[in-house]
Amino acid sequence: MNLTKTLLATTALAFTAGVASAADSITVVSWGGAYTKSQVEAYHKPWAAKTGNTVVSEDYNGGLAEIKSQVEAGTVTWDLVDVELSDAIRGCDEGLLEEIDHSILPAAPDGTPASDDFIEGALSDCAVANIVWSTVFAYDSSKTPGVDSIDDLFDLEGFPGKRGLRKNPKSLLEMALMADGVPAAEVYGILDTDEGVDRAFAKLDTIKDSVVWWEAGAQPPQLLADGEVVMTTAYNGRIFNAAAGEGKPFEVVWDGQIMDFDLWVMPKGAPNKAAALDFLAFSTDTQQLAAQASWISYGPARKSSGPLVGLYNDGKTEMGPHMPTAEANLENALVNNFEFWADNQDELNDRFNSWLAN
Amino acid sequence: MTDTTGSSGPLLAADGTPLKKRLAQAMFRSRARAFGLAFPLIAFIIVVFLVPIVVLLQQAVYDARYTNLMPESAASMSDWDAISPPTEAMAAAMVSDLAKARENKTIGQVATRVNREKSGTRSLFTKTARSAKKMEAPFMEALIAKDKDWADIEVWKAIKIASVTFNPGYVASALDMKYNADGSFERQDEERRIHGKLFYRTLEISFLVTIFCLLLGYPVAYLLSTLTVRTSNLLLILVLLPFWTSLLVRTTAWIAMLQAQGVMNDLFVVFGLATDDARFSLIYNKTGTLIAMTHIMLPFMILPLYSVMKTIPPYYVRAAKSMGATNWTAFWRVYFPQSVPGIGAGAMLVFILAIGYYITPALVGGQDGQMISNIIDFHMRRSLNWNLAAALGLVLLVFVLFLFWLYDRIVGIDNMKLG
Repeated sequence: MNLTKTLLATTALAFTAGVASAADSITVVSWGGAYTKSQVEAYHKPWAAKTGNTVVSEDYNGGLAEIKSQVEAGTVTWDLVDVELSDAIRGCDEGLLEEIDHSILPAAPDGTPASDDFIEGALSDCAVANIVWSTVFAYDSSKTPGVDSIDDLFDLEGFPGKRGLRKNPKSLLEMALMADGVPAAEVYGILDTDEGVDRAFAKLDTIKDSVVWWEAGAQPPQLLADGEVVMTTAYNGRIFNAAAGEGKPFEVVWDGQIMDFDLWVMPKGAPNKAAALDFLAFSTDTQQLAAQASWISYGPARKSSGPLVGLYNDGKTEMGPHMPTAEANLENALVNNFEFWADNQDELNDRFNSWLAN
Repeated sequence: MTDTTGSSGPLLAADGTPLKKRLAQAMFRSRARAFGLAFPLIAFIIVVFLVPIVVLLQQAVYDARYTNLMPESAASMSDWDAISPPTEAMAAAMVSDLAKARENKTIGQVATRVNREKSGTRSLFTKTARSAKKMEAPFMEALIAKDKDWADIEVWKAIKIASVTFNPGYVASALDMKYNADGSFERQDEERRIHGKLFYRTLEISFLVTIFCLLLGYPVAYLLSTLTVRTSNLLLILVLLPFWTSLLVRTTAWIAMLQAQGVMNDLFVVFGLATDDARFSLIYNKTGTLIAMTHIMLPFMILPLYSVMKTIPPYYVRAAKSMGATNWTAFWRVYFPQSVPGIGAGAMLVFILAIGYYITPALVGGQDGQMISNIIDFHMRRSLNWNLAAALGLVLLVFVLFLFWLYDRIVGIDNMKLG
């Protein structure tokens, strides 16, 4: 009897261990749409082909709520999640994320260690960036020609019609200040004062009645296509995909763009930690980051990937000029100050919500 | 135990046990069997419904994060009056806790908690914690030397509020009040009062939706109940089909219908009711929320009304008319009172569903069509302030229970009929 039990137990153990090492399955969560597609093509498929593991891709709508509930309930099912910078910092602060050892990240092809190869701010205790994206505003050039600066977004007389804006004070307050004449470099200094916040809200007041608010990244191209708004803030990649992929006459205005990172984080207690870390290291490799850029116009977070960025997958559009990091697009560009937002988001969110409700 | 059978002794069953006892046993067994059948459901409700609600709602008043992570500091502040300057003992406890929190990597959690009470303290905490280990007495001076913000009594007040374990602050803020470090309450600053307005708007929208549903649903239900079964079944499909269609599909369909370049506005332009450059804004505002929600709630009104009207015998109205009542009198005095249980059930169902409605206002509400559920969602998903979300939920729950009670007092819950 005892022998049978032991035998059974060991076979069961051997069996599960065998399955685990032969083919791991990890769950990778991202934002869906064109963006997830770019990741599937550039990261998931090559990694699965190389290791024989499978990647289950799930979509979510951003934020830390799901991670928080999984971690607090002790039933973590997600292995890697693609989050915004402010959420990566906050999740790390709140103890919801695993710390990630940067030494697992592969060096650049010329031997530069990863810590020097990633753009400044792209690596933090719990997160590794994969792309640089930006909040820009876009318009339909067949209907509203002549838009070229951030002021035009707030200029209802020159360009009458509704505006699409993301329902979030982040980026919006900065854009309002820039449209009010504040140079990009001084924005956060001014926003750090009460008068600066008042000034930003006063600028928003001027267009409040003409705003259509959006929350999901897929909405702004739709609002433009429907003719519901004449201009809208948007994530640059979504506009690029609507223009290059679907032939929509949409133009991005780079003046006053606000750059941000998207990063991989691992919820605390992720079930397949080893395989997930392997995927993370693989996907943030120079080659893979450059490969992703042929599917969507988000810039790779590594310097060494830059020169490898080539054509869009239609085989004719050069990706370089559509990247947030392209030289010409940086003239009046702002980098999201995550320290500022980590400190002030509660207060500014409250203020924004009550401003909206009044 | 007194014996009712008197001196002749208890009635006995065949095996000699008293009949009364046997009966009690049999009753117990059958009740136990019934309970056994219902047990899975009861257990299910407790596990997936009651426990989560209680666990979540207790967050509205219970927040031990600071006390757990910064025990010395929390203890040192417990009898501080929040008026006199912070003491050296408080500073010493703070420095010691900061150093430990950094070591345990919990400093971020502490900082986030205090930052909720006062903006900007997050970086103050994380920055100070980095050098806390090297600090020496006098600690207050050491803290201020690191960052002059430590001299600000407001920072210490914020910490004091964060260190209260049973914290009334969240419920207070759900009611647009502010909880102060000295234990007093005051009204929230003008520009941050938001919940009161949203609660009011939620009630207003729910009330209007209920009225619209009643006005639209009553005639439909009446028609359905008076037609022959064949025709009414056919028409009932028209009510049920949208009811079975996904909520999201119906809401997004309304977006296509109502937007500025949408079907409705195009028709208005064709018929000359609007000009091409001055189209109506029917969506992304309260109008959009009202239209879409009324449509989505309509079956919840029609179905209970229909099931009640179906049971009203038509000869009452005929009798009234034969006695000389006009159509209106016959309807108002005879038919309508009998349909009230259906109205009660439908209105109650629609109103309570509408109060907690979330997805439709989120999609078509714009800025003035948002409801309280949208701000609860915001605090659950975006700001991660689950305590405040729980407090708002608690207020909403209490309110719904109050309405329920009121309804019972005025109409009587026995009068409600769901079919």
